[in-house]
Amino acid sequence: MQKLLFPLLALFLLTALPACKDDTKPDPTPTGFGDVVIEFENRAGDETLVFGKDYVNAAGETVNFSTFNYFVSNFVLVSTDGTEYVVPKDDCYFLCNGDDADSREITLTNIPAGDYSHIHFMIGVDSAKSVSPVSERTGDLDPAGAASGMYWSWNAGYIFVKVEGTSPQAPVEPSTGQRIFQYHTGLFGGFNSPTLNNLKEVHLDAPHEAAEVRENSEAPHVHMYVDVLEMFTNPTNISVAANPTSHAGPYSKTVADNYADMFSIDHVHNH
Amino acid sequence: MNKILLTGALLALLLSSCEKEDKKEPFVGPQLPSNFPQPAYDLSANPVTEAGFALGKKLFYDPILSRDNTIACADCHISFAAFTHPDHPTSHGIDNLFGKRNALPVQNMLWRTSFFWDGGVPNLDLVPLNPIQNPVEMDESPDVVLEKLRNHPEYPGLFREAFGSEEVNTARFLQAMSQFMAMLVSADSRYDHYVRKEPGGEMSVEELAGLAVFQQKCAACHATDLFTDQSFRNNGVIDDFSLDKGRAEVSTFSEDIGKFAVPSLRNVAATAPYMHNGKFKTLESVLDHYAGGGVKDSPTLDPLLRQSDGTLGIPLSTAEKAQLIAFLNTLTDETFLRDARFAQ
Ligand code: HEC
Ligand code: HEC
Repeated sequence: MQKLLFPLLALFLLTALPACKDDTKPDPTPTGFGDVVIEFENRAGDETLVFGKDYVNAAGETVNFSTFNYFVSNFVLVSTDGTEYVVPKDDCYFLCNGDDADSREITLTNIPAGDYSHIHFMIGVDSAKSVSPVSERTGDLDPAGAASGMYWSWNAGYIFVKVEGTSPQAPVEPSTGQRIFQYHTGLFGGFNSPTLNNLKEVHLDAPHEAAEVRENSEAPHVHMYVDVLEMFTNPTNISVAANPTSHAGPYSKTVADNYADMFSIDHVHNH
Repeated sequence: MNKILLTGALLALLLSSCEKEDKKEPFVGPQLPSNFPQPAYDLSANPVTEAGFALGKKLFYDPILSRDNTIACADCHISFAAFTHPDHPTSHGIDNLFGKRNALPVQNMLWRTSFFWDGGVPNLDLVPLNPIQNPVEMDESPDVVLEKLRNHPEYPGLFREAFGSEEVNTARFLQAMSQFMAMLVSADSRYDHYVRKEPGGEMSVEELAGLAVFQQKCAACHATDLFTDQSFRNNGVIDDFSLDKGRAEVSTFSEDIGKFAVPSLRNVAATAPYMHNGKFKTLESVLDHYAGGGVKDSPTLDPLLRQSDGTLGIPLSTAEKAQLIAFLNTLTDETFLRDARFAQ
């Protein structure tokens, strides 16, 4: 009986396998662990974002960028069969710097093999980490290191998204004499009495193929678009003439609500 | 058991030999007074050691923490004034620039649940980053400060003594500063001896009357033996918040506009001027303010300062004011203000 079953099974698998690809039945469950690489490509609408170049925002104003930095954290990968993999939190805080392409290619390591078609993550640094002891703030979270420009020391917390630039429509800033705009958005909800909470969850589906994570094979690349112009619109148009700056004030909610949808997956590249 | 005995004996031997050699008193960490609540700071995560305290103290007194090496923490936080800045209604920092707020005392920091007039910082360890980065205080980037310390002839050695290796990193730098500030415990005033029923706690009739008035009219906000409930309130010092919205600067909420952290009143006789903007030079003028003279109305004015007949403030008779002043003077802790361990 057993002797008979094996060749039969082999035969079945042989015939079934090529068909699998077509009607997208999953491979026999892969085992082991692999990595996922996520590349964040900063965009301005239909183009790759270039600092120092003029673009037009939704309010019709000319905007020219010099800074575009953001924190992403708390990644969760969801496979085609709905299984969630929560990337261990402590390996999972990334500061993406607009002027440092390396910082915008991040690797999630030790991911159980599988086909991941959905990803969610947070823009910013969650409240638990935002109040964690200094000894746990290393690497990208070091307030006197990598994060020194992305940390508010007077309102202790990280700046989640920092966008700066110039615009002929922006009013003249008295101390520099320049027409600048500056949107520094943070606020995680407060530690012992509440503050505004601007943390945003992003949920994205892979548009075509899922990211196929396999043991001992090259990591799939998730190519993400991050459109800085999305910060200026949907749901509210932001005008650099009317609101050239926003820091830890009530207006930061408008900015955060807008940038919540600036991420999208352009494609996934499996090797 | 034997091991414990042996180490105990060894320790005793070591200690006694130490004493003979240099007659140095053994280092004692921060003492937690019995009339205080539980500390908010986790001392077990950053135990105070002699070397850590010494390093923190050196940093506190060192202008190397500022951009042009001119301003030290101690320039605005002076030991004999309970680490405030006497005669400076608002802080006076780098390039002769003035801030918008009055320096707070640095004392009993272990019990603070949040720091600064607006409560913007949750943990003592994170406090130094604020004055260092503040453009009108020390105006330096903290990563540059760490670099300066790494290249300094003495600091790497002091970090080794305090933390076991010469590595200068953010956590060590901040924890050393906390070790110094953790030691700044003030709980040796006459009032403390009185409540702990210790010798030296005699209070006069006038002072006791002041204590009674205080408990009735002030302790709702200036609560516990820390003399603050650590909340944010508007006591009517100003009604134009365009320069400083107080708690709303960090929370963004309009209901927080004009609310400031209730300050402790320990050593209050030594910490003039008073209030977040240094508006009052004397305790008498503070009491005149409360007694209705100058309480400014605004939407967030604390309900305790609205009397049922519609008048603003806290009614105080001339006699009560004198009693309150007498009582507030019993909160002065000369031992703390003159403690040689903390002064430069
Ligand atoms: C230019 C003057 C100035 C300098 C320099 C300065 N401070 Fe301060 N400090 C202030 C002022 C003003 C406040 C209150 C500010 C506020 O609440 O916004 C303050 C508040 C504090 C507090 C908060 C106390 C509480 O109860 O909330 C601590 C702690 C403190 N400073 C420690 C330091 C340390 C440590 C340094 C050096 C790294 C330092 N300060 C440097 C002026 C200064
Ligand atoms: C409603 C709460 C409340 C009550 C009641 C209250 N205070 Fe205050 N007190 C505050 C707040 C808040 C501040 C700081 C306000 C600011 O700077 O804007 C303050 C500041 C002070 C200061 C200045 C301390 C410093 O270091 O600057 C003194 C002194 C003082 N209060 C004494 C008293 C006395 C005495 C009473 C009773 C007659 C009293 N307070 C009642 C909330 C209160």
